Amino acid sequence: MNGDASAALGARLARHRRRKTVNAVALTLSMLAMAFGLFWLVWILIETVRLGFGGLTLATFTEMTPPPQADTGGLANAIAGSLVMVTLATAIGTPVGVMAGIYLAEYGQKGWLGQLTRFINDILLSAPSIVIGLFIYATVVARVKSFSGWAGVLALALIVIPVVIRTTENMLALVPNPLREAAYALGAPKWKVILSITLKAARAGVMTGVLLAFARIAGETAPLLFTALSNQFWTSNLSEPMATLPVTIFKFAMSPYENWQKLAWAGVFLITLGVLALNILARFLFRQKR
Amino acid sequence: MAITFPAEKYPRAEAERVEPAGRPPSMRRTGPWADRLFSALAHAAALLTLMLLAGILISLVVGAAPAIREYGLGFLWRSEWDPVKDQYGGLVMIYGTLATSLIALVIAVPVSFGIALFLTELAPGWLRRPLGVAIELLAAVPSIVYGMWGLLVFSPVLSRFVQQPLQRWVGDTPVLGTLVSGAPVGIGILSAGIILAIMVIPFIAAVMRDVFEVTPPMLKESAYGLGATTWEVVFNIVLPYTKTGVVGGIMLGLGRALGETMAVTFVIGNFNQLSSLSLFEAANSITSALANEFAEAGEGLHQASLIYLGLVLFFITFVVLSLSKLLLLQLRKNEGMRA
Repeated sequence: MNGDASAALGARLARHRRRKTVNAVALTLSMLAMAFGLFWLVWILIETVRLGFGGLTLATFTEMTPPPQADTGGLANAIAGSLVMVTLATAIGTPVGVMAGIYLAEYGQKGWLGQLTRFINDILLSAPSIVIGLFIYATVVARVKSFSGWAGVLALALIVIPVVIRTTENMLALVPNPLREAAYALGAPKWKVILSITLKAARAGVMTGVLLAFARIAGETAPLLFTALSNQFWTSNLSEPMATLPVTIFKFAMSPYENWQKLAWAGVFLITLGVLALNILARFLFRQKR
Repeated sequence: MAITFPAEKYPRAEAERVEPAGRPPSMRRTGPWADRLFSALAHAAALLTLMLLAGILISLVVGAAPAIREYGLGFLWRSEWDPVKDQYGGLVMIYGTLATSLIALVIAVPVSFGIALFLTELAPGWLRRPLGVAIELLAAVPSIVYGMWGLLVFSPVLSRFVQQPLQRWVGDTPVLGTLVSGAPVGIGILSAGIILAIMVIPFIAAVMRDVFEVTPPMLKESAYGLGATTWEVVFNIVLPYTKTGVVGGIMLGLGRALGETMAVTFVIGNFNQLSSLSLFEAANSITSALANEFAEAGEGLHQASLIYLGLVLFFITFVVLSLSKLLLLQLRKNEGMRA
């Protein structure tokens, strides 16, 4: 009997040890997974800085994109094109996105239109951006028979809209109802309650969404490939094909020419820096105001 | 209901008697039309989103019409893609898209699970936010950066430390040998799959972390109280509780991987072949075919076939993302019921 008890105890101890081991292995793997994720981020950032920062000169900002194997040249037209198109696209997409977000949070929380829009919007948020490019190609470029900056702006604006809708709705939903009720009790009409009470209370969050959308489209390449195309020269005419930083990087990076590749790395450095800085700024802004 | 006094109805003298001091209540300067206008604008913006989806579908179907008429659904399993002979079939690209996404999921799902487990159960409180943000930043890096880094930095490393040793090791074995054959440059299906994995990890990990956090602490604490280890709590309590959400997160990652364009275009090699199933042979995907050929494709069957490919891609991602969304909604509903 004593032997039985000690055998049972031994089995229990063995089982306990096995459970402990499984746990230790699983938790170690979990830490390794975390390290794996961070490893890529760090590697990409280091390479971007190492290869991109070296290629950065004053000429990068002042000179136009060069022909292959030239000694000089920069990315001025691509940077300007990107800034103009991304700003315009944000300016077009934001009001639509904010209004639709207001609809979802203030008018159609329960109705079928609200539910359906919320569902579709979440799908558009992750839909392949190259399909947006195809859509604009079919509806705009094929009609006017020319690639143009405006087509690119429209494609980017369509990507801004779902991002802004999502954050606007979420941020408005965070505004406490007593705030709305107090405003209604004072006799304010609904549009005024929304514009000057709820939207104002959710201002920081909505701004965060706009910044994130701006950062997202600043790096978008796919929807521009057959809408804005690219342009080797400076143009401020949005009816012509227009150079952007991502498309220029794509063209230069895939080429065998050394000067082009060097500029592409400089462009990658600029775009990564800009996008990550905007992302961090957006988080910081939201956190402060919350 | 707000009660308003239509001030103009009362004669001035009477108003003064009621309110000897102070000014009369200010009039409502705008009528109900402002309310109606604003509501109409909000409705219109929401409808616009719906119409956007319908518009995308319609324009793709119209654009693909010549190719749909020519090949019908057989397009999906024709492997020939020859712009010179004007013969098109989508099998090569569809295979490339599915294969790269599958590899991405095989890598990304366990890693994301590990990250979510680390962030919810293991990391000390002060470390959770910065690490979470770091993983989210991985999602913010533009895909073109992944592409260029993948082509010029990662592929050579993959070739040197994985492909070439593998070729030396199993290159002569019949089945494994074909899997690793190909020029030793490190581009192809595997390379694209790995980079896609890095890109979708933050999306899957973020969803998993969020759904893990909705598990009621009471459940977890009960399990801990019974002496369960951290792993047992996660595997036997948290995971069963959140499984629909976890699958939803994986679907979201799959949707992202299927539609990713630039990173894949850089590293997949853009070569239409299906004769070798090697993981290191240059191949093609739907998105990279569109990115490379569309701007130069002449109007006609070539362009229509490319748009057909786009339609197929949109359809697949739509189904996958809808599933993802429905599963995540399911979790929320269950949670509401249990609460």
